[in-house]
Amino acid sequence: MEKVIQPAIQSKTRRESSGRLRRFWNNKTLLLMCLPAIAFFIIFAYLPMPGVYLAFIQYNYADGIFKSPFVAFDNFRFLVMNGDLWRLTFNTVAYNLAFIVLGNLLQIFVAILLNELRRKWFKKVAQTLMFLPHFISAVLIGLIAYNILSYDYGLLNHVLASIGMDPVKVYSNTHVWPFIIVITYLWQTTGYGSIVYFAAIMGLDSEIIEASEIDGANAFQRIIHIVIPWLKPTFIILLLFSLGGIMKGNFGLFYNLVGANNTALYASTDIIETYVFRSLMTNFNFSIGSAVSLYQSVFGFVIVITANWLVKKASPENSLF
Amino acid sequence: MEENIAESRSIRTDASEVIVRWFGYIVISIFALSCLLPFLLILGTSLTTESAIKKFGFNFWPKEFTTFAYKIVFENPDMMVGSYIVTIGITVVGTALGLFLVAMTGYALQRPDFGYRNSISFFIYFTTLFSGGLVPFYLLVTQYLSLKDSYMAVLLPGLLSPFLIIMMKSFVRSIPHAITESAKIDGAGDFTIFIRLILPMTTPALATIGLFIALGYWNEWYNSMLFLSPNMEYRPLQLFLYNVITSADFIRNSAAASNVELRDVPLESMKMATAVVATGPVILFYPFVQRYFIKGITVGAVKG
Repeated sequence: MEKVIQPAIQSKTRRESSGRLRRFWNNKTLLLMCLPAIAFFIIFAYLPMPGVYLAFIQYNYADGIFKSPFVAFDNFRFLVMNGDLWRLTFNTVAYNLAFIVLGNLLQIFVAILLNELRRKWFKKVAQTLMFLPHFISAVLIGLIAYNILSYDYGLLNHVLASIGMDPVKVYSNTHVWPFIIVITYLWQTTGYGSIVYFAAIMGLDSEIIEASEIDGANAFQRIIHIVIPWLKPTFIILLLFSLGGIMKGNFGLFYNLVGANNTALYASTDIIETYVFRSLMTNFNFSIGSAVSLYQSVFGFVIVITANWLVKKASPENSLF
Repeated sequence: MEENIAESRSIRTDASEVIVRWFGYIVISIFALSCLLPFLLILGTSLTTESAIKKFGFNFWPKEFTTFAYKIVFENPDMMVGSYIVTIGITVVGTALGLFLVAMTGYALQRPDFGYRNSISFFIYFTTLFSGGLVPFYLLVTQYLSLKDSYMAVLLPGLLSPFLIIMMKSFVRSIPHAITESAKIDGAGDFTIFIRLILPMTTPALATIGLFIALGYWNEWYNSMLFLSPNMEYRPLQLFLYNVITSADFIRNSAAASNVELRDVPLESMKMATAVVATGPVILFYPFVQRYFIKGITVGAVKG
């Protein structure tokens, strides 16, 4: 019996390994074509991953990564005790929620209005202008804000003075910054973001619109009962996708609007990205920065998985994995 | 039939239609103007004398017109020209190389007969789900790759992104696999098929993806700030602009080279003039290519 089984197993494993080899050989060119990309992601994305170890040590320059003392969860405990972690999480999530919800609603609003316009040239010009802010760098966004908000020369105080009101010191007032940041974000992204919804409206069958007109529906009824329900699935999918990134902040926007060293505004403007950046570039506290990053990554991962699970329930063909 | 036409006409001029349309024209006009005006504010201020700025603040229309700020910027154009050359160089090389890699990877990963497509796709996609964070990335680039103060630190990390590879995959999906198959029967290799058949067929996609990469490099400022130290002679354009905006000394030094008295340096208008010179070309160029960006977001929006 044994003698019979033995060769059979051997030939099976041989066939399997030769099958694997053949698969490799048949795909060798395509594999080679992917190789640069694989190398790229190994170097720039996977190599830094073990660096999360920094979050569990008390990193100092002299000892380097491997000899610095291991402190387990002390860095996280420190961040929880001094309230930083809570403040950063709150700011990052609250800003993103405002961006996502207000952003999508405004994009839908603009797309619907654009669709109601009849003059082609007007639509073209308006769209071109509305996309413009999307194409400029974060640095220029900061300069524009300075043009408007600067205490001495800003347009805002100029206007306030001309109607007899006192000038305001925007750059030292924490309470106005959530509004400024959200408005700037909406200003920059609404035009470009509305394209998705505009394209979705274009996909609406014109026969349905005509039928509703024959049935006597007016413009308001058409928008409320046909266009908006038509956009609902797109809205839900985009919403769920952006929820996956709710722990990720827009560093360029915050850093350039608020300024590099405006400590007075941190309470309402500090997000995870700006905090990690500071701990790296100004405080040189690598371990604290890594701890916040790791917390962000793990928490964000859980949220993406949840969001994808929800997308899968809402519409399976749109889920990411 | 005639009755129908008359009826539909009366519906079209219904009051609600008129209200909605006018509301649309007004709201869209206001929003479109609000997108344009900040740029005019910068342009106007760049053409205003410093004394008028101190008196009246920043303005759309120069109260006292001057081109002094531009004169200083162009009289000693060394740094500006250097920045332009650095940014153009990084953008051209990065876009050409990045586009080639994105297209090649995207095509291979879209081939239904490629046995490893799912595992490699996930390998790439996973990097958007989890990352080591900024600090390990910084240590990697500066200590292990030794790219501090090298333009490579700006060029290399911007070459590929999972988002663009996914976008390329959705573009390639619209090309029938039968084309690849028949070419294979004729004896063409996979790489030849990609170069000779697929690339020419995907030029609109390549234009879109190329523009996304190019815009990223042109506006790149984050990696420049992280990895290029302030004493570098020529820095990328956006970092140069950032230094001009945030540091008065930086402006004074560059103005001193043009033999302008320190107290005469027009600090504010020079910030704006630099911004105009650094950004103007892109803003003039972009209306001609915006349709490619529109295509990109409608293809990549939902799966991206």
